[in-house]
Amino acid sequence: MKLDARIPPGPIQDKWDTRRFELKLVNPANKRKYKVLVVGSGLAGASAAASLAELGYQVECFCFQDSPRRAHSIAAQGGINAAKNYRNDGDSVWRLFYDTVKGGDFRAREANVYRLAQLSANIIDQAVAQGVPFAREYGGLLDNRSFGGAQVSRTFYARGQTGQQLLLGAYASLSRQIGLRTVKMFALTEMLDLVVVDGHARGIVVRDLVTGEVRGHAGDAVVLATGGYGPVFYLSTNAKGCNVTATWRAYKRGAGFANPCYTQIHPTCIPVSGDHQSKLTLMSESLRNDGRVWVPKRAGDKRKAFDIPDVERDYYLERKYPSFGNLAPRDIASRAAMQVCDEGRGIGDTGLGVFLDFRDAIARLGKAAIAARYGNLFHMYSKITAEDPYSQPMRIFPAVHYTMGGLWVDYDLQTTIPGLFVLGEANFSDHGANRLGASALMQGLADGYFVIPYTIGGYLAGQKPSAVGPDHAEFKKVAAEVAALTKRLLSVNGKRTVDDFHKELGKIMWGKCGMARNQAGLEQALREIPALREEFWRDVKVVGSDATLNQSLERAGRVADFLEFGELLCRDALERRESCGGHFREEWQDDGEARRDDDRFCHVAVWEHAGPGARPVRHVEPLEFENVHLAVRSYK
Amino acid sequence: MKVTLHIWRQSKASTKSASTEEDWRQDGRIVRYELDEISPAMSFLEMLDELNEQLTRKGEEPVAFDHDCREGICGACGVVINGVPHGPERGTTTCQLHMRSFKDGAQIWIEPWRAAAFPVVRDLVVDRSAFDRVVQAGAFVSVNTGAAQDANAILVPKADADRAFDAATCIGCGACVAACKNASAMLFVGAKVSHFLNLPQGRPEREQRAQSLVAAMDREGFGNCTNQYECEAVCPKEIPVRVIAEMNREFVRSKVRQEPASGKLLGGHG
Amino acid sequence: MTWLLDFWRSSIGGKVTMAITGVLLFGFVVVHLLGNLKLLGGPDSINGYAKWLSDLGALLWVARIGLLAVFVLHVATAVRLARANKQARPVAYAKQGTVVATFASRSMVLSGLTLLVFVVYHLLHFTFGVTNPEHYARKGLNAGGHDVHAMVTSSFSVPAIAIAYVAFQLVLFLHLSHGIQSFMQTLGLNHARYTPLVKTLSWLFAALVAGGNATLALSVVTGIVRVAP
Ligand SMILES: Cc1cc2nc3c(=O)[nH]c(=O)nc-3n(C[C@H](O)[C@H](O)[C@H](O)COP(=O)(O)OP(=O)(O)OC[C@H]3O[C@@H](n4cnc5c(N)ncnc54)[C@H](O)[C@@H]3O)c2cc1C
Ligand code: HEM
Ligand code: HEM
Ligand code: SF4
Ligand code: F3S
Ligand code: FES
Repeated sequence: MKLDARIPPGPIQDKWDTRRFELKLVNPANKRKYKVLVVGSGLAGASAAASLAELGYQVECFCFQDSPRRAHSIAAQGGINAAKNYRNDGDSVWRLFYDTVKGGDFRAREANVYRLAQLSANIIDQAVAQGVPFAREYGGLLDNRSFGGAQVSRTFYARGQTGQQLLLGAYASLSRQIGLRTVKMFALTEMLDLVVVDGHARGIVVRDLVTGEVRGHAGDAVVLATGGYGPVFYLSTNAKGCNVTATWRAYKRGAGFANPCYTQIHPTCIPVSGDHQSKLTLMSESLRNDGRVWVPKRAGDKRKAFDIPDVERDYYLERKYPSFGNLAPRDIASRAAMQVCDEGRGIGDTGLGVFLDFRDAIARLGKAAIAARYGNLFHMYSKITAEDPYSQPMRIFPAVHYTMGGLWVDYDLQTTIPGLFVLGEANFSDHGANRLGASALMQGLADGYFVIPYTIGGYLAGQKPSAVGPDHAEFKKVAAEVAALTKRLLSVNGKRTVDDFHKELGKIMWGKCGMARNQAGLEQALREIPALREEFWRDVKVVGSDATLNQSLERAGRVADFLEFGELLCRDALERRESCGGHFREEWQDDGEARRDDDRFCHVAVWEHAGPGARPVRHVEPLEFENVHLAVRSYK
Repeated sequence: MKVTLHIWRQSKASTKSASTEEDWRQDGRIVRYELDEISPAMSFLEMLDELNEQLTRKGEEPVAFDHDCREGICGACGVVINGVPHGPERGTTTCQLHMRSFKDGAQIWIEPWRAAAFPVVRDLVVDRSAFDRVVQAGAFVSVNTGAAQDANAILVPKADADRAFDAATCIGCGACVAACKNASAMLFVGAKVSHFLNLPQGRPEREQRAQSLVAAMDREGFGNCTNQYECEAVCPKEIPVRVIAEMNREFVRSKVRQEPASGKLLGGHG
Repeated sequence: MTWLLDFWRSSIGGKVTMAITGVLLFGFVVVHLLGNLKLLGGPDSINGYAKWLSDLGALLWVARIGLLAVFVLHVATAVRLARANKQARPVAYAKQGTVVATFASRSMVLSGLTLLVFVVYHLLHFTFGVTNPEHYARKGLNAGGHDVHAMVTSSFSVPAIAIAYVAFQLVLFLHLSHGIQSFMQTLGLNHARYTPLVKTLSWLFAALVAGGNATLALSVVTGIVRVAP
């Protein structure tokens, strides 16, 4: 597998211009002769599908939910970064670039990150023009808040529903194109495989989730914007439907999978309440603008929060990281929480939790101001916990939240399979080993609105409109394989339910490859997962038919893929013998702080599928840092 | 705690072109289930998960219900609980509802949204694509990618932005339709009208939008609003019926200003 | 013309038609009540009023035809919307539930139809003198057309008739208690501060109109207004 990132030459500020000029153009009259398949209708997918259709390409867009508007991006809460410097507080493209590279613990590709920072400003303009109701000041200007890992206020937000408002903006643009018949939308349709003909991505095989029909869709290029794979841990802040299926099956068709072990554990989620729990709920990082994180100084202190006087409280983030305080980056804040809990100072019945306290903010700004900022989050919290965060501190704990890893893409967002592009959380590109808050929305929209429209043109300009149709032999073959797999899931007819297996996989993943990882644990996981997978195919029970809506069948297929992917994730974690960002190897630390090994691991790990049963091959893309100098990441 | 469930089970999809009530009911019927050892901390959907686990082990088909985010924002979930969409709590989606809202030994009736525009796909799952088609008819600003000016070039008074937001917060769940005695979608559609009406970016197309959205809504076979305000009461985002008043105004305004001959709309591009 | 028809056929057009005709009908009922209150002012007062009305001649007919048109439109639109609303929910809920909708709002069609019955009866009674020709035929002591005062008082002195009228006023109250605030909302007059007030006033006005009408009937029964000899 050859990995050519195809980064344009020249100074970093000019790389994107250089590339845009190099890229060949498709003449407007010819655009309609090309068909692009966009899988995913989240921020990345919807923005890409709409923008490509506006340019004149024929577009088909797919999502498994019943409406493109329900893509998981809808759940994003806190905000989106942009180097607008409206605050005049010293922000700039360069600073956003710098913060993101540093935040990613020097494991991201400089050129991509710089482009992201450059495009960030256009995203806000675009969203406002679409009618996204961002928070405003009384003067009518846009408001900003601060997010973790930054000392400037560059985060734009719409109450606690920024992702919803941005997605509805992209969804509106997409809907407009659907209405104009330039985009064909296929909701309730799941991509189950990629079709590669003569080394080029030529289409996909999908299953209609209502009728069960398995069919092929052919096109000149395929764009995957299928999101993250957090639910490989079962419990996560992701929606139940989030999955690795699309990217995993592309991987099995020859696309390289990069850094699967980079998972982000978010510090502020509502703690687990029992094993009936089906998902974890995030409490946006933005809460750390006004909330103070603390635990009792004395281990085993079970007094009520307000009974504990200030002197007996340990505001440990403010103590350990005075310059960033409660706004320390996520990986750091999560590990700090884990540490205090390990010391027996965790709060709540389980001892797995810390306080996020708004007492001082409410005293300073008044309850109304806090309600205006975080109303819906407080509402959400009290719904779930039946506690009132205005009168007592929130209980929070880290949880799986985001996956930095994903399919490997070059500077043009193209995978190792020509004609297959990957956008948004599904690719690995911009966040390195840890993502800063409010930067995923930025990336998804930059990829969809402002990168793919150019780079895909560059690819298509060099291709004749495809003659390959869905009746091509390869489509028939792949479709048959997909249908067979579905049948097989139904035919096992064992004793254990799909969720049963999923929960067990989650326990293995979280226990041995979660916040802290070590060799022994990972090696054990690499024995347990194959065994569980083997049992799954022997003993899973999926009731019903494949000719109707069958939600357990959908889940079964996704869990089957998680059972394979989880193994690769652990293997990657085992092979990366260093700590960086979200990947914390206990063997490499300076009392709780991650210790990188830049001599041996300053690279992207890219895995190549070597056939069923065979060990995947690990390739590397070296990372060069010419603009931000490799340094120990400090927020002290 | 212990609960008795009365759940609508339907394996064959209702046909949208249905003429008789039978075409809608198909083989649908209410089935009774007993559930024991339910924790009050469970969410309503986790309770249904538990039921489905038990059914699956017994080899029976689990109850189909829509859900995804499970935190009240994607709008996928939604069932009628004891006659009330999303259940007894105000400003709450079904996925945010917890069993502590029910008494031990409660009798719980669970049915799908009922509306001609929302044919039942299976059990508690309905087809809400009618909402998407309404949006496609004009709930957007016609701006192509890249055509935008600087975000701060147009000032938007905070009050306007907030009003727009109050409408834009709609999650498209369909509870308003399910609750309305007339299965009217006016709260949903009104929310779209209000969202764009209250922002300068949306105003150039207001006439076009008001007419095409109402036309699309009527095409989909939703009922007419008779101002009963059930929609507002069950809306998980507590969208006010003010938006319906705004839509009524906008619609009349656009009709009045419509040029007779061409039927062309002032301001709009229709 | 097609423009108007399209408007009427659209969902909101239909509602607005209900509202506008509703307002006019409401207006009529109010004016009608004010006129009828002259009954308390004795025979000359009400009969003078009736004479003044009939002296309007052509103008009166214009008004009557207009009123009839409004009434027909109100009913026709109501029936059209009611049908469409029925079709919009083909399968009813096994377990019904209502959170805030008032009884009045849910029974508008029914209360309306009852009003239709009343109006028909009422016209046969007083305007065409079919139901009680003997009252209708009464000539007053003082010369002139037929004696409205005598007609009304002798009618309401019949308990059955008085009771019927009072009963119908309850229905009118029901219809208007929702109707008045409803037409405000339909015509787009909704405001966080004033709408609650409007809802209260809606009840108040409905009560005044229906109450006023009922009082007239009762005032005769109770002898406050003496039956013309
Ligand atoms: C609770 C929460 C809060 C967050 N808050 C923030 C925040 O404040 N700021 C921020 O920057 N980021 C935030 N994030 C991260 C951010 O929301 C996501 O990373 C981002 O929205 C991902 O967008 P996407 O378009 O790549 O994927 P998604 O939005 O997940 O979309 C995936 C799409 O792919 C489709 N799909 C998936 N698999 C298939 C398949 N096999 N076949 C067909 N279709 C498929 C789905 O239907 C969906 O349409 C948050 C994430 C979570 C979970
Ligand atoms: C106790 C209450 C009422 C009394 C005493 C009363 C009395 C009368 C009388 C005397 C007439 C005949 C006038 C004439 O032909 O010279 C009349 C006509 C009429 N009334 Fe009433 N009325 C009452 C309530 C109502 C109500 C509640 C309605 C409507 C809902 C109504 C609707 C009409 C109509 C439509 C006419 C015909 C008008 C016309 O001929 O121009 N009345 N009423
Ligand atoms: C003199 C008699 C009547 C008066 C004063 C009257 C008044 C009103 C008013 C003010 C409204 C509110 C309009 C709106 O909702 O925007 C209304 C609505 C309505 N009326 Fe009447 N009406 C009368 C007779 C009737 C009759 C005979 C019917 C027969 C069907 C009827 C059926 C309705 C219906 C169905 C509505 C719509 C309810 C709604 O939109 O909430 N009304 N009426
Ligand atoms: S208006 Fe409210 S109830 Fe209706 S779809 Fe939107 S959120 Fe759901
Ligand atoms: S409940 Fe129905 S009647 Fe109107 S106000 Fe809401 S749509
Ligand atoms: S599951 Fe998303 S709103 Fe309930």
